Amino acid sequence: MNAPLRKAGVVILVLFGLLFANLNWVQAYKGDEYRTTDRNGRVRVAEYEIPRGVIEAGGQALAESKATDGELKFLRVYPEKQVYAPIVGYKPVGGAEVGIERSEDEFLSGASDKLFADRISAMFTGEEPAGGNVVLSIKPKAQEVAWKQLTNNERGAKKGSAVAIDPRTGAIQALVTMPSYDPNPLASHDDKVSGAAYKKLNEDKDKPLLNRATSENYPPGSTMKVIIAAAALKNGYTQSSEIQAGPEYIAPGSGAPIRNAEAETCPSSKVTLKEALTDSCNTGFARLGVELGGDKVKKEAQAWGFEQEDLTIGSLRDGGLPVTASRTGAMQNADGSIDQAALAQSSIGQREVRMTTVQGALMAATVANGGRQMRPYLVQQELSPDRRPIYNADPTTLRTPIDSKVAGDLKEMMVSVVENGTGKRAQIDGYEVGGKTGTAQNAEGADPHGWFVGFAFNDKGQPVSAVCVMLENVSGGHASAEAARIAGKIMKAAAGGGGD
Amino acid sequence: MPRVPGTRTGRNAELGLLLFAMVIVALFGATAEINQLDKLSSSFWVPAALLTVLFVGLHLVVRFRAVYADPVLIPAVALINGLGVAFLRRMDLERAIARKEPIPGIFGAVGGRQLMWTLFALILAALLLVIVRDHKTVSRYAYTLGLVGIVLVMIPAVLPASISEVNGARLWIRIGSFSIQPGEFAKLALVSFFAYYLVRKREVLSLASRRFLGIDFPRGRDLGPVVTVWLLSLLVLVFEKDLGTALLYFGLFVVTLYVATERASWLIIGLLMFFGGVYVAYLLGASVGGPFANFYDRASVWLDPFADKFYNREFGGSYQLVQGLLGLGTGGLFGSGPGGGSPWIVPEVRTDFIFAGLGEEIGLFGLSALLVCYLLIVERGLRAALAVRDSFGKLVAGGLAFTLGLQVFVILGGITGLIPLTGQTTPFLSAGGSSLMANWLLVAMLLRISDAGRKPATGGPAVQAGGPKQPPAQLHGAMTEVIKP
Repeated sequence: MNAPLRKAGVVILVLFGLLFANLNWVQAYKGDEYRTTDRNGRVRVAEYEIPRGVIEAGGQALAESKATDGELKFLRVYPEKQVYAPIVGYKPVGGAEVGIERSEDEFLSGASDKLFADRISAMFTGEEPAGGNVVLSIKPKAQEVAWKQLTNNERGAKKGSAVAIDPRTGAIQALVTMPSYDPNPLASHDDKVSGAAYKKLNEDKDKPLLNRATSENYPPGSTMKVIIAAAALKNGYTQSSEIQAGPEYIAPGSGAPIRNAEAETCPSSKVTLKEALTDSCNTGFARLGVELGGDKVKKEAQAWGFEQEDLTIGSLRDGGLPVTASRTGAMQNADGSIDQAALAQSSIGQREVRMTTVQGALMAATVANGGRQMRPYLVQQELSPDRRPIYNADPTTLRTPIDSKVAGDLKEMMVSVVENGTGKRAQIDGYEVGGKTGTAQNAEGADPHGWFVGFAFNDKGQPVSAVCVMLENVSGGHASAEAARIAGKIMKAAAGGGGD
Repeated sequence: MPRVPGTRTGRNAELGLLLFAMVIVALFGATAEINQLDKLSSSFWVPAALLTVLFVGLHLVVRFRAVYADPVLIPAVALINGLGVAFLRRMDLERAIARKEPIPGIFGAVGGRQLMWTLFALILAALLLVIVRDHKTVSRYAYTLGLVGIVLVMIPAVLPASISEVNGARLWIRIGSFSIQPGEFAKLALVSFFAYYLVRKREVLSLASRRFLGIDFPRGRDLGPVVTVWLLSLLVLVFEKDLGTALLYFGLFVVTLYVATERASWLIIGLLMFFGGVYVAYLLGASVGGPFANFYDRASVWLDPFADKFYNREFGGSYQLVQGLLGLGTGGLFGSGPGGGSPWIVPEVRTDFIFAGLGEEIGLFGLSALLVCYLLIVERGLRAALAVRDSFGKLVAGGLAFTLGLQVFVILGGITGLIPLTGQTTPFLSAGGSSLMANWLLVAMLLRISDAGRKPATGGPAVQAGGPKQPPAQLHGAMTEVIKP
């Protein structure tokens, strides 16, 4: 019986060898992965050991950590709920953060190298360690007005977004999207509560979790004419150059005529460039686009920021809310030559042209800032736990699509739009306001989108705010007029003139 | 039994190793207290000291009642048992701190209860050593033990689920807050019965055969008992919903059968039957469901524990398994140190998942040492089987040692994701009296048999020390063997 007993001993050795090998796999090979995975409760507990820093704007807390009695020592709360959700985002327990909570995660959690010295000194002074604080460039007044005006718009539009930028620096003054969501339940320590809240939001057909200002692009309609006008001004046209217009235009090689929004818009065969922009003359700009040619139109749009894939709005150093690229779309025939009909329609912001609300605001800001497009940002300052500045935003130029001469011409033409043309509802007392409206067809039988891009100069001649308002599927005609009205209110608030 | 002068008993070595093991246990307790309380309480040494007294007590019983017993068994088991108590006490401290309660007394909470259970288990082990002076006397009660074993196995399956089911497996008898796992004791009884039965039948089973593909296969009519036990273990699998227990009983039987007959064909048949049965149960679970569904679930969870659908499932999902794996991974090579980790995140960390909890704190190195201790116990048990002269003793010691090894493999393999998870206790480590008492009885039996094996043959010329051991030729010649107590 001894031989089989010895073999049984070998079997046990083999089984234990398997156990040992598997333990090596689990503890040594997979160790790092298991130690840091979101499902590891230890990661969560450690993460909530110290209070995550505050996200604030204008002295107002937008995200803060409240001490609890639970296993996780701090609860993340968002006092302003829906209003700031698209910017601040949220930090779920054991999941991926969203918004500034994501891009500034290292700093807020205190793990950033920038806070290394603070961690060391906290060790010696016995201070409770804490995460760093992030100050946003948002102007709470402008943000609140934008949210209120957008959600209470006079046309009952259910979706839309608005962005306001300081043209001189690129600082975002307001960024709202509608519908929005309350981030508080998503940050709940109870997985069931957060899971149910997320499921409900995620399945909502109106997509409240979607940031419509940064992540969606739409046909820009007549706001595109600013770019066509810029291309024309660069190519020998002046404000008073006469361009061909008329009630109807049929591009070479196509049957479908382009008409104007109203019969009284540029019915005469010739109008000046300025008049064409002021009255938003479709036939004039469609012809102009075809005359300039597809390459120039595309290049001009790119010069303003179209097709940029990697723009983020957060800290100027790195990260932030990713901005979807704006597109000019294909305008070619199958053989590669320019499709004139497509070019004509693209020149008035239809066909395959798509623009984000952020890009719209950048467009207006560029004109207002004399042609220099400043890189947009949200993070104004990073403060250590004891509120010592670690980082201050240092505005940088993103691109310069036009020189100051062209910018000056465009500014005059856009002021004319607000003073004499389609954008009258954007006027603000005491400010010189310019802009461009857009009414974009988007789907067969659907109400058009209403756009307004614009800027405001104060009495000292300084550009104080540039804005883009976008309302989806506005009923009742003149879709852009409501956008222009809201834009005026936001700019007034951003300029510090109050407003409601 | 008088000691023969000039032979080594190893008793002093045993005492030395035992004290060394207790020092390790005391260090574990002290480190855990420092990590958790930021100070060392004045009574940190008391649990280790009490354990030392208990184990030295058993050592003294062995010194007088089983002089030649293997000296490694008690220290190895004592180390594991002691670490179990220390870890459970560490978990009690964790709970007391979290609830802002006073620190439990030496005999309070789970750790204190485990200390009490250790006392009872050691008393049982000592009683066995005192009462059973010769392991062959056990064979007198073989049929009784066989019946008791089968009844113990079947009880939880017959009882209503409300009494016997915990976490989907029906292995318990629960009355109020008191619960026992009869299966733990059943394995002792069944090994004794199998050994007796096989000693009586081994000639028939090993000689009558047909040759096929170069391997001797037994005759159909001799397959009866194997088939019976196979069916029994599959019934256990289906009705107690526990693969581990089924594997344990069947493995136990096949191995004793193999050892008794020296015929590899039994192993092949046994393995094919078992894994065939398991595979069929898996397929049935996938298609038919019903009583097989639980096993199918466990197998699917094992195949992909990190899948969301299993991880988020409220009952019978992989949350526990995954958290155990994450705990082990967090421990890494060296662990967080006793008291430095968060083992309370893993459900059932005091019982089924104690190995994962310990692994977080003592790391791969600590767990490897623990594995070596288990391996030592099993191989020492098998060595006792090799050394003892009678077939009954060989089968009992071999069967018990192998079963212990198999149980360690089944539960640790389950926790580390090597095989589907089953609700076995980790011998000597998990909180709970049944497991501790049954396994200490097992150790006592191994001590008794190793004593018989290492004892110099009284009156004989000498022990063949050093020289190659002679095969016990007289056993091979005998047609049937009579067990003489």
